[in-house]
Amino acid sequence: MLRLGGVARTFGGLRAVDGVDFAVGEGEVHGLIGPNGAGKTTLLNLVSGLIRPSGGEISLGGRRIDRLPSHRIAALGITRTYQNIRLFPALSAVENVLVGSHLRRSDPLWKRMLFLPGYRREEADALQRALAFLARVGMEERARERASNLSYGEQRRVEIARALASSPRVILLDEPTAGMNPTEVSSIASLIREVTRTGQSVLLVEHNVKLVMDVCDRITVLNFGKVIADGTPAAVATDPAVIAAYLGSEG
Amino acid sequence: MGADSLRDLWLTYQSTVAFIGLNGLLALSVYTTLSCGQLSLAQAGFMALGSYAAAVLTLHTAAPFPVVLLAGAVAPALVAVPLGLPVLRLKGVFLAIATIGFGEVVRIFFVNLDFTNGALGLVAIPQRTGIWMIYLALAAALFVLWRIQGSRAGYALEAIREDEPAARTMGIDSSAYKLSMLVLGAALAGLAGALDAHLNFMVAPANYGFGRVVDMLVYAVVGGTTVFYGPVLGAAFLTLLPEVLRELGSHVGLQPGPLRLFVNGLVLLLVILFLPNGIASLPARIRRRLAARRAEADLA
Repeated sequence: MLRLGGVARTFGGLRAVDGVDFAVGEGEVHGLIGPNGAGKTTLLNLVSGLIRPSGGEISLGGRRIDRLPSHRIAALGITRTYQNIRLFPALSAVENVLVGSHLRRSDPLWKRMLFLPGYRREEADALQRALAFLARVGMEERARERASNLSYGEQRRVEIARALASSPRVILLDEPTAGMNPTEVSSIASLIREVTRTGQSVLLVEHNVKLVMDVCDRITVLNFGKVIADGTPAAVATDPAVIAAYLGSEG
Repeated sequence: MGADSLRDLWLTYQSTVAFIGLNGLLALSVYTTLSCGQLSLAQAGFMALGSYAAAVLTLHTAAPFPVVLLAGAVAPALVAVPLGLPVLRLKGVFLAIATIGFGEVVRIFFVNLDFTNGALGLVAIPQRTGIWMIYLALAAALFVLWRIQGSRAGYALEAIREDEPAARTMGIDSSAYKLSMLVLGAALAGLAGALDAHLNFMVAPANYGFGRVVDMLVYAVVGGTTVFYGPVLGAAFLTLLPEVLRELGSHVGLQPGPLRLFVNGLVLLLVILFLPNGIASLPARIRRRLAARRAEADLA
């Protein structure tokens, strides 16, 4: 589904991402872990088109996407959440999700201008769908609250609903459980599993090792912008290079 | 007697009423780009293009007035496309500076254009604008902006205003939306210019300087840019204010001219400090204040 081949990005002299290869299969949860500064968020920014790679290829379903603007990449089926939450603060929770469903809505503007029938139904349907996505993350009761008034964990959940609202083929989650309590974390874990049941793929950047081990089908480990391990959770957890990167090597 | 004094009142103030409508249109033309977070100061230039296009048509052809007005709106809208494509890639203050540059280029172009009498401008334009036309145009503009609010496009614009890169990763083609709003704003400014030219008999480059676009921006900010009708409230308030001050000033023996600029500046300062969402947010604020007071009274 999503394939990265030799992807590189330099900032000045720094090789933030340095020849990364991996692939995310259909309906797969793919974990991306590594110490701070390993290049995980940079990689998500590359995949979602916020920055351009300085080398390599990114493709989605066989189609090259690394030269496309970010709204085209979203239209092809990749949406995301952000490590430092980027909801639209002045909009309510449900309005944020409505924005997320932009790609799935027909444009009723001219019908709206002329008060033609149809636009009301389209808008009511869009609202119902947005509320349903909020319900999936357990936020339906806070739907009308301004995003800026929500707690940290609530904002993260709304952001996931917003990313799901376009029914993407691949969803990129950048530390979705940061700042969440254990109950919230386990509900996010089951949500991630549920998402993949419909064939959607998840690329998950996460520091919560237990969550990553629990939900991921495959894990790629980055360090200093390079892939140091790639495999099943069990294989990665015992990989000496991974242990060295996380705990420091002995002597 | 009663009817006569009403007629006198109307004759005295009809130009003020007309200016409220025109300034409302101009304020909305700034609002269109502000609604997706872009500060464009090209609007005086667009207004100049609309005024000149309309005035030239009237003076040199037999075009009927609706066609003249249409040309006044379309000419700047067509210019807005090639202007917007490169310029809307700029952000914040850089966009503001580039669009000021455009306004100055347009003004200096007309200063040097012999065909339109250079700096003197065009005079003796027949008066064809009726006040009802101004208010019809204003109502149409308000209607369109009202219908955009809350629509799919309306949410896209709000998302772009709040966080453009995040909006783009939701699949919103922000460049297309920003360009559309610039074009709409250009058309409104041009229409206001065309109406203005056929109300005041003349167009001259000096009318479309930097001060003009600052006025438009102040109307929008004082009125409030979070709702579509805010800029019109600001335009009405700031157009009426000098008239009221003139009356008051004559009683205490003050010159109205310098007073006007001073009071405009003061109003802007007060609004930014105490009413950041403009006059449009005043009713909601008063309601909240009253509700809080009632709650306090209930506790006591």
